[in-house]
Amino acid sequence: MKILLMGNPNVGKSVIFSRLTGVKVIISNYPGTTVSYTQGFMKLGEETVEVIDVPGTYTLEPTCKAEEVALQMLHTGDIVINVVNATNLERNLYLTLQLLERDIPVVVALNIWDDTKHRGIHVDLDKLRELLGVEVIPTVALTGQGIKELVENIHKATLPDTPVRSRDERWATIGSIIDQVQHVTHRHHTWLEYLEDASVKPLTGGIIALTVLASAFFIVRFVGESLISYVFNPLFNHLWAPVLLRLSDFLGGTGFPHDILIGKITGGEVNFVESFGLLSSGLYVPFAMVLPYIVAFYLVLGLLEDVGYLPRLAVLMDTVMHRLGLHGYAIIPTLLGLGCNVPAILATRILESKRERFIAATLVSIAVPCAALQAMIFGLVGQRGGQYVVIVYGTLFVVWIILGIILNRVVKGFSPELLIEIPPYRLPPWRTVVKKLWMRTYGFLVEAVPIILAAVLVINILYIFGIFNAIANFTAPVVTGLLGLPKEAVTALVVGVLRKDVALGMLAPLALTAKQLVVGSVVLAMFFPCIATFVVFLRELGVVNMLKSAGVMISAALITGGILNLIL
Amino acid sequence: MSDGNQITLARMQTGQSGKVVQIQGGGGLVNRLNALGIRPSKRVTKVSSMFMRGPVTIQVDRTQVAVGLGMAKKIIVELA
Repeated sequence: MKILLMGNPNVGKSVIFSRLTGVKVIISNYPGTTVSYTQGFMKLGEETVEVIDVPGTYTLEPTCKAEEVALQMLHTGDIVINVVNATNLERNLYLTLQLLERDIPVVVALNIWDDTKHRGIHVDLDKLRELLGVEVIPTVALTGQGIKELVENIHKATLPDTPVRSRDERWATIGSIIDQVQHVTHRHHTWLEYLEDASVKPLTGGIIALTVLASAFFIVRFVGESLISYVFNPLFNHLWAPVLLRLSDFLGGTGFPHDILIGKITGGEVNFVESFGLLSSGLYVPFAMVLPYIVAFYLVLGLLEDVGYLPRLAVLMDTVMHRLGLHGYAIIPTLLGLGCNVPAILATRILESKRERFIAATLVSIAVPCAALQAMIFGLVGQRGGQYVVIVYGTLFVVWIILGIILNRVVKGFSPELLIEIPPYRLPPWRTVVKKLWMRTYGFLVEAVPIILAAVLVINILYIFGIFNAIANFTAPVVTGLLGLPKEAVTALVVGVLRKDVALGMLAPLALTAKQLVVGSVVLAMFFPCIATFVVFLRELGVVNMLKSAGVMISAALITGGILNLIL
Repeated sequence: MSDGNQITLARMQTGQSGKVVQIQGGGGLVNRLNALGIRPSKRVTKVSSMFMRGPVTIQVDRTQVAVGLGMAKKIIVELA
């Protein structure tokens, strides 16, 4: 048996889904589309049944790709649990009526039920059951209230005899249902609602956005740095360094295995950034330099998502984003890109047109440094003075704007207008925030750490065989002539294709001037995506677009690097 | 039916409210707006508009919807 969870977006469908199913969930793409859905399993009596979290839809007359998928999935299910937002019954009932007209049993979960009381909404449940002809269970997915009753009533899902209506007839029916079951008492705005309104007004919204983004930035830095100074640095310096020194002695302090595993020991101490061995830098970079910022960034991003702030930011940014050939929603992949470019490129799926996806993905790959790279920028460039970090970020921001304006002119087509629902502010439950944070951090650990270790290993081997020297000599005119970097920096740029954080780490022992470090960081950020981003870009947007985008990246990086070299 | 009280959503003042009387667009637009609860006879309140031709935010029932300016020009509202 297959149970479909269907409902409008922002009704808590996914929270109900995670309440119903166990830990084993599968996220897959609907064949032939970029729309993804989640699949899980639950025990129903003796039977194990499949549960599908169908993409949110307002109607069964599709208005976008996600809704087309929802409609197609409807034909594959046996029972529908229609999740309805109890505080917005009228609009939600449109989908409910459409579902009842279909040939599939339905049970309604009237979610966000606790909010109806705060909002002065009274719903006559018995009357609603009678009028719809199906079971209606009030639920509060966040606390789990009503979920047990919902499960007990799944087998009572019924197939009432509902006539097929036209759109206007449906709205008329809904009007009469609402008149009979819902009674709203007038009530003043709560402070939360005042805040909601203020968030989308130009002046107050701008102030709120600046405050939110600035606090987000400081919280990320504070959490990240605290984790580094109080957790990871002590662990590495006091526990791991002695182990490595003993191992170094055991290996004789030099030689092939020693250099690969531990790297160079200077002055009887392990320099975790510069030694470049598998067990020294190979572990220190991902765990002690990057992971703390990954955790901090995804904690803050998850909160912003679950509170419901991001759609408001999309509204505020829409005007700017349109100049760059995008609409406001593209701010979401852009913000995600500050964590990792891979999910950012995946998130461009929320943009409808191919053109927008190309522009958004290209801009993210070029001008949005991921958390790993940023951690290294702060760690290395920051040592030379805060102003240099500002130059790096300022340059990338200017590139983002200018390149966006150019792409908007050059790439054919137009960007559709914004049309989005803005969900109310909600205090997110800690359970879901922590769960999401864990899934994202885990994703970083399993995907990035092996690549970092492999990168360090490959670099050491190539280095020993003198491959880098050959490449360095070959590209020297560009790197030294145009960018003003020493020949050895080529090695770092080549490694940048694998991992940018590792690559920036390789600039550390080169004794660069602050200016060279700035040029190096900017070029490294821009000239090519890391291997993981490259693969996702290729898969999502195709070979042709990837080649075009790569052309843009390399030229933009060389031009920007050259200019910086001249003016700094 | 044409009285002076009818203006487009784009030209409404922030804080003003009225009833949607018409959506001057193709079936696609009508469908998409309908799905978000914006349809003739529905009461809407303008919450904000962004400068430089940015989107308009309106309150419909208990949700807010942001609508691009081009679409907002096609939604005719009777002030009341």
